[in-house]
Amino acid sequence: MTANGWLQIVFYLLVIFLLTKPLGIYMTRVFSREKTFLDPVLRPVERIVYRLTGVDEKHEMRWTEYAIAMLLFSGVSMALLYLIERTQKWLPLNPQKFPNVEPGLAFGTAASFTTNTNWQAYSGESTMSYLTQMAGLAYHNFASAAVGIVLAIVVIRGIARKETDKLGNFWMDTTRCLLWVLLPICIVGSLVFVSQGVVQNLKPYTTVQLIEPQTVQVTGADGKATTQTVTQQVIAQGPVASQEAIKEFGTNGGGFFNANSAHPFENPTPLSNFFQIVLIFAIPSGLTYTLGRMTGSQRHGWAVWAAMAFLFFAGVTTLYWAEARGNPLLAGTDQRASALQSGGNMEGKEVRFGIANSALFATVTTDASCGAVNGMHDSFTPLGGMVPLINIMLGEVVFGGVGAGLYGIVVFVILAVFIAGLMVGRTPEYLGKKIESYDVKMAMLAILVLTFTILGFSAVAVVRPFGTSSISNPGPHGLSQVLYAYVSSAGNNGSAFAGLNANTMWYNTSTAAAQLLGRFFMIIPVLAIAGSLAKKKTLPESAGTFPVTGGLFASLLVSTIVIVGALTFFPALSLGPILEHLLMLAGKSF
Amino acid sequence: MKKNLLIAVWFTLVTTVIFGVLYPLGITGLAQLFFRDRANGQLVEKSGQLVGSGIIGQAFSGPGYFHPRPSSAGTGYDPTASGGSNLSPTNKTLLERVKGDVQKLQSENASAAIPVDLVTTSGSGLDPDISPAAAEFQIARVARARGVQEDEVRGFVKKYTKDRDLGFLGEPRVNVLELNLELDRSHPLR
Repeated sequence: MTANGWLQIVFYLLVIFLLTKPLGIYMTRVFSREKTFLDPVLRPVERIVYRLTGVDEKHEMRWTEYAIAMLLFSGVSMALLYLIERTQKWLPLNPQKFPNVEPGLAFGTAASFTTNTNWQAYSGESTMSYLTQMAGLAYHNFASAAVGIVLAIVVIRGIARKETDKLGNFWMDTTRCLLWVLLPICIVGSLVFVSQGVVQNLKPYTTVQLIEPQTVQVTGADGKATTQTVTQQVIAQGPVASQEAIKEFGTNGGGFFNANSAHPFENPTPLSNFFQIVLIFAIPSGLTYTLGRMTGSQRHGWAVWAAMAFLFFAGVTTLYWAEARGNPLLAGTDQRASALQSGGNMEGKEVRFGIANSALFATVTTDASCGAVNGMHDSFTPLGGMVPLINIMLGEVVFGGVGAGLYGIVVFVILAVFIAGLMVGRTPEYLGKKIESYDVKMAMLAILVLTFTILGFSAVAVVRPFGTSSISNPGPHGLSQVLYAYVSSAGNNGSAFAGLNANTMWYNTSTAAAQLLGRFFMIIPVLAIAGSLAKKKTLPESAGTFPVTGGLFASLLVSTIVIVGALTFFPALSLGPILEHLLMLAGKSF
Repeated sequence: MKKNLLIAVWFTLVTTVIFGVLYPLGITGLAQLFFRDRANGQLVEKSGQLVGSGIIGQAFSGPGYFHPRPSSAGTGYDPTASGGSNLSPTNKTLLERVKGDVQKLQSENASAAIPVDLVTTSGSGLDPDISPAAAEFQIARVARARGVQEDEVRGFVKKYTKDRDLGFLGEPRVNVLELNLELDRSHPLR
């Protein structure tokens, strides 16, 4: 670990801290339909959208109608993506003449992008046409992010409003989120990325002559090795920058290319890299301020922020430490950090990012439900790779996915005040709302669905040949690969221990199922909580109220998150990464 | 329900046009207008022929060239098949591969331990850079093969070493393609 590495990490957290208040205020204004400086441009567009789609601006929905509208939108837009993938051969903007995507893969990908997971069992540069990338995949980056954010807003409204069953209009919230929150920053962000070298064109791939032709060994289909001379390089192109911005800002994470943000055309410089991780945390962090502002308890918002920042810092420290120590099994190599190299475990990492930026990116992308990667998590050291796993297992509530992080943490807050209530023997309250049996049941349902999905599918996959045959790294790491696949799917993250061959019938369908369960069986209980809270009276604070501000509450929140996560997943972790770490130190390989 | 279904259909179509078509096409237009070279991949020409992209690595194996890192993209540095090895740190395949590369490099330059980036694959398989340590390690071999003083080659390495962005972001790095093109210009291989 180096001083310069720490400087980057601390500077990053500082930038996120400084963005929280302005973004939080802006989002409050957007969703409360107050004036913003973009109204002169966007208000006319908004009206056109409502006129074309038949949205009634005066209509407010109960939580059930809101849920139905959300499900209908997800279903219809998922069907359209599936259709585009299945017909891309006959559609325009396919200069590489890619065939239609296979049904299993097309369905898995449609589920994955609709649920904001962006799990990818394909290589973008050899599978998807430019039109599929733009109108199918990048579009869902916008849509699924907007759905996540408006759900968080509904939960906040549920806490803030009293004695009503009206929570807002799904179509209006989504439209305002798309136009006011996502679009402006993506336009600016795309251009910043292009200025750094992210490509943005619709040209066919470029063929260049290599300066020095290369002789390479190729293993044919019959298993025989032959030598070939390679004289050319085919450079993949595409409309990458426009997708890159929303990929990070909407915590989607699906790469244009297979290598995702490790690819020089997706993430060319340390500066573009820094900008990407800032975009990932911007909205989730801002929403904590929105929570405080809309519920009238700014100190509660900051207490939640502090709990998140603590868990983020713990994660990045562990990951940075583990990767900087390097791999003791690589004899004869120099892995010490110096002025001339970053050293450490460089397998699967880029030189321009080195260890510190790879560790930081991996922590951020799994704290949030982003899933973009700038280094390959599968090649991380065992403990280094365990941090992303744990981050997702905790429910991605450390800032978290756009919206999903906030409604996720509210679930834990309800659990925390419930536990505090049990300890002091009083009915728990949350910002003046009584937390009753129905709310706690819904909170537990949201947590248990995640647990059952992850452990259930993993258990089946590690004992059946259709699951184990996809494992590429033998030994305890194989278990980590399978576990990561379902953790990432159920958590709607989308990053992977990518050695696992996920493009099989079993993995395409089971991960899609895990993604849909993890998304919608989280959202519906959360909406039910919002509906239930909104109906309640607000009670004045009394001497017996457990405060949801300050250090005591933040610590209780952190403990609740860690204890739930540890009780659920420690056995699995001890058989995977922890065992692999001990065996690696003992000099064992597989 | 029926009303919301109708809205869902129209809403999907209208927003797909705005965010899936107009937005990326608009960005493409602006990018081509303001950052033409960068938006098209910073392609590099040598005597009128395209020879690569300034930010995508390509393979070099002759003694007179600086070598990039090993690559897992296709048969090596194939931009239509980007990706890492995804080998775990305890995987024998990885350990054997690194062992083989270490032995080969030690026969070239026995005086130093091998900088780790020179025997590990990158995440993209297209890493255009090596660390300054990995460049320093290869200077003697390149100088010998081209019949040039080591200090002169060291000067070129320095010229193509990029410092951290804004002085503190990322890591110092040497662009292999640019460096090799410079060597070919100033000291062509015989």
